[in-house]
Amino acid sequence: MNRQSLENPSDTSLSRVDGAAKVTGTAIYSAEYAVPGIVHAVLVTSTIAKGSITAIESHEAETVPGVLAVISHLNAITVPGWPPKKQPAERVPPGTAFRVFYDSLIYFDGQPVAMIVAGTHEQAAHAASLVRVTYRQEAHQTHFEKNMGKSGIPLNAQRAQNSPFQDYERGDASALHNADVRIDAEYTIPTQHHQPLEPHAIIAVWEGDDKLTVYDKNQGVKSAQGQLAQAFKLPRENVEVVSKYIGGAFGSGIRVWPHTLAAVIAAKQLKRPVKLVLGREQMFTSVGYRPYTKQKISIGAVKDGRLAGIVHEGTGQTSMYEEHLERTVFASRALYACPHVATRYRLLPLDVNTPTWMRGPGDATGMFALESAMDELAYALKTDPLEFRLKNYAESDPERNLPWSAKSLRECYELGAEKIGWKNRLPEPRSVKRNGMLLGYGMASSLYGFHRHPSRARAVMQADGSVIVQSATMDIGPGTGTAMTRIAAKVLGMNAQKVRFDLGHSALPDAPGQNGSSTIPSVGSAVHVVCEALKSKLIALAGEMSDRFKATGQVVAKNGQLFSPAEDKDGLSYADILKYHHLNELEVMEESKSGAERDQYSMYSFGCHFVEVEVNPLTGEVRVTRVVTCADVGAIINYKTARSQSIGGIVGGIGMALMEHSAMDHRFGRYVTTDFASYHIPVHADVPPIEVYYIDKPDVQANPIGSKGLGEIAIVGVAGAIANAVFHATGKRLRELPITPDKLI
Amino acid sequence: MKPFQYLRPKSVAEAISMAADYPEAQYIAGGTNLVDLMKRGIASPSKLIDINHLPLKKIEHRYDRLRIGALALNSDVAKHKSVVSRQPLLAQALLAGASGQLRNMATVGGNLLQRTRCSYFYDLALPCNKRKPGAGCGAEAGINRTHAIFFAGNGFGGNEKSACIAVHPSDMCVALTALDTEVVINGTGGERRVLLKDFHRLSTLQPELDTNLQPGELVTAIEVTDNAFAQHSHYLKVRDRASYAFALVSVAAALQMDGGRIWDARMALGGVAHKPWRYWAIDLMLRGQAPSEKLFREVAEHEMQSAKATEQNAFKIKLTSNAIVAALKAATGIS
Ligand SMILES: Cc1cc2nc3c(=O)[nH]c(=O)nc-3n(C[C@H](O)[C@H](O)[C@H](O)COP(=O)(O)OP(=O)(O)OC[C@H]3O[C@@H](n4cnc5c(N)ncnc54)[C@H](O)[C@@H]3O)c2cc1C
Ligand code: SF4
Repeated sequence: MNRQSLENPSDTSLSRVDGAAKVTGTAIYSAEYAVPGIVHAVLVTSTIAKGSITAIESHEAETVPGVLAVISHLNAITVPGWPPKKQPAERVPPGTAFRVFYDSLIYFDGQPVAMIVAGTHEQAAHAASLVRVTYRQEAHQTHFEKNMGKSGIPLNAQRAQNSPFQDYERGDASALHNADVRIDAEYTIPTQHHQPLEPHAIIAVWEGDDKLTVYDKNQGVKSAQGQLAQAFKLPRENVEVVSKYIGGAFGSGIRVWPHTLAAVIAAKQLKRPVKLVLGREQMFTSVGYRPYTKQKISIGAVKDGRLAGIVHEGTGQTSMYEEHLERTVFASRALYACPHVATRYRLLPLDVNTPTWMRGPGDATGMFALESAMDELAYALKTDPLEFRLKNYAESDPERNLPWSAKSLRECYELGAEKIGWKNRLPEPRSVKRNGMLLGYGMASSLYGFHRHPSRARAVMQADGSVIVQSATMDIGPGTGTAMTRIAAKVLGMNAQKVRFDLGHSALPDAPGQNGSSTIPSVGSAVHVVCEALKSKLIALAGEMSDRFKATGQVVAKNGQLFSPAEDKDGLSYADILKYHHLNELEVMEESKSGAERDQYSMYSFGCHFVEVEVNPLTGEVRVTRVVTCADVGAIINYKTARSQSIGGIVGGIGMALMEHSAMDHRFGRYVTTDFASYHIPVHADVPPIEVYYIDKPDVQANPIGSKGLGEIAIVGVAGAIANAVFHATGKRLRELPITPDKLI
Repeated sequence: MKPFQYLRPKSVAEAISMAADYPEAQYIAGGTNLVDLMKRGIASPSKLIDINHLPLKKIEHRYDRLRIGALALNSDVAKHKSVVSRQPLLAQALLAGASGQLRNMATVGGNLLQRTRCSYFYDLALPCNKRKPGAGCGAEAGINRTHAIFFAGNGFGGNEKSACIAVHPSDMCVALTALDTEVVINGTGGERRVLLKDFHRLSTLQPELDTNLQPGELVTAIEVTDNAFAQHSHYLKVRDRASYAFALVSVAAALQMDGGRIWDARMALGGVAHKPWRYWAIDLMLRGQAPSEKLFREVAEHEMQSAKATEQNAFKIKLTSNAIVAALKAATGIS
């Protein structure tokens, strides 16, 4: 049976507008642009974690046919936006982005130290293998546990007065002493990598000295444009960033990374277009990761099941040169109606590259701990874990003391519980077997803050009545173009076939990067607003043609025509309106952003996950056999792509819970699991039936379309739900991810 | 990847003479292992001898044995009628390995000769005795969760400079080892046969050598003699995800039963040693016995007495023991 129709029988979703291009191979990804005269670059990366380069022996590499240049700190052009080099080289203070080919210093293993540029990729790769780099090695620190003592308050919290990363306390957290039941536990999340299937890639093209075009894999063309313009001291408009198709990113493309700058430097130096594609193993040290994080939770409740207090501490790893901050402990402040809460967030700088946001940044990490602890406390109280959560349901935001703009988490819980059959679950752990396997059910809540950034969109009605809508937003996979097309088609009363949505180009109207689940709330609103404005213009023009359109309030748009009154059988088509006015096109540009409502309401996306697992009692293998996920994200724009987004989040959560772990050999400060044979992500056989449900009630306070973000809450909480189900199945409470067979036998 | 010359011999004889002429040459079959090794700089043959066009693809049953050509694809072997009906253990093991796409490329010969997946072996920046004899074994005091527990590392006749605790990654070879397979090898001196149990080596003293194949020799076929295990065999693979992962441990169990008792038994273990690990004593321990979980547990623990773990793979001792029990239960059909 078609599961989708089962979950949403009235679905009228739009299929992906770029689906055909993607599956037929006509979609062009960053590395695939045919640029005349292109040459190929391959990076040589450091094999020590700390120290300095003493020599780069590249003679042999230079003799490889086709090799054009060996670029390193010894000969790289000066990047005008960077400060002059110091002699001798000095380590940068924390808070300084890493500068590629700048000086001889090594900050992490896998750092780019040289780059070969050659006529073909094969020539460059072979030459790269012949470069011999010698180092003066210094003792490095990469071991999180051994260096815990060196963690500290983030500089951000020390410097910025309103930093959310400062220690937080409401009520009196020592009230925990009065709890009847209390859990104190530690949770560990290892380093995990985004590893999208498409490796990061760039083609850098200079026209003369002051115009740069990059075809680059990233999640924000405008921010990439800004960062490149700043580095090369160019006017923004002289930098063109094209990132039309992205083969997955999950956060790895949020910023401009050293390899991107390396390619731009080489292109400038050689005056040739340069292509650089990272190797899979290089992806482990080039584009960030979910940081190793240790958390401590103390949580207690009184006998009747009300929470008495939560203390949540989290320490995440960062590099020696930059701070990477996450919302690790924030959920504990807002999710439950608990009067006494304290959170503390610390950073531990190590000789590693800087982490970055990875899907559900901070919250996925923090909610694993919080929702595991809630589950454990529920068992200790002999209460049903779901009932326990309902008992502590926050009717308003306990952190900001504000009403929620909208919250249907209770409805999510009810729907999810009904669909998975929660009430039939026997509470006793390790009490049920199915086909010889231990069977368990677990659940967890999910939440993610609402992010809406100022966004612009342009809508251009064409003479034939079709419309082009544009914004410099991105599609890293969720189907942005499809959702925007749907919004535009709905407002303008048009067939979606007649709407084209352009994204992924820096020349388009300003939009935020695709992160923090902000695209639909921000850009979706701008598209809505600009199409409304276009419609108003069309109605005004129609009014000049016929009096019946002067009563603007009764005009309705459908099938690419205006009707007034709505039931009138003769419509006026958009094409005719433009024709009458001798217009080749009609253009409108609008901006949309949050207003005072952000101070009046607290806004979040909410959801929950229910998970069924089977655990092999002899081998300890865990298989997730069923997932029901329920989300309250306001209005659903396009059910089909939303559902895919939720499924993707669950699959990511399965990886996070059961397999993903970047293992480092600390003697060398080097990752050893640098391929897909050793860094496991879920394969098809690991993905069970996933049922996705939405409450689909517009949040009218949030924005004109009533929609909040979905991308992150799809994964936030999943690892907790799985760990809780594993406990129910086996009676073993695992607080360290990933949950692999060795931990269960 | 280092530039190389590509050669395509027209006959087995020509292939062998090419290999004899160019000591730095390597045969390439499906390429699913060798190409990866070349890309990472672990193998850098100056010449590749492409054997894919040689007539070594045939799978046939004649007289008392199944003969499988060295170039038969893993996927073809797994679904071949005679394999499925006579040696289902082999079919199960093949299907437990890699992915559909890989099995469509991978050959029997290549599978026998695939190299370990030890991460240190794959990374030129890290020490590895197998890749560079004398450099030290990175895994021994490093990341060794997936490494060997039998006859591994220091204290087994080797020393620091020759230690290797890598495991042989193949599933197919585990089943074939249990089934007393013979490997047919051709070289300049003609044809010779080696029992599979003697084909792969332990790591002692010369970890750089995975097998006893001599330089330039070509595997042309494998042969499995008929047996009475088809009704009661089971390949169990324990892994970190449901598919497409190398075994943490695997068990190939082949039993002959009659009247509720076990009359013959073979077992090999994967993921636990430098070669597929044959559990020799199992026949003695099970012969004449009625299957029971208690018996299987005794049998499992017996073999594990000689296992020795490193820092991160201690769990494998219990896991292997449990896996033996689970495989024997499945093969005998007791619950
Ligand atoms: C991602 C991935 C996952 C995998 N998972 C598994 C798994 O779960 N289980 C498993 O068992 N295997 C697995 N494999 C390994 C796979 O089975 C082997 O790569 C494959 O069997 C090798 O066969 P091939 O024909 O491609 O060999 P090639 O790569 O062509 O050759 C491998 C070696 O064998 C030599 N060789 C090949 N044929 C002969 C011959 N006839 N005579 C002498 N020498 C020869 C070559 O010179 C080379 O040294 C996996 C591989 C990959 C890449
Ligand atoms: S276990 Fe063997 S292959 Fe791995 S590092 Fe040690 S010597 Fe090399």
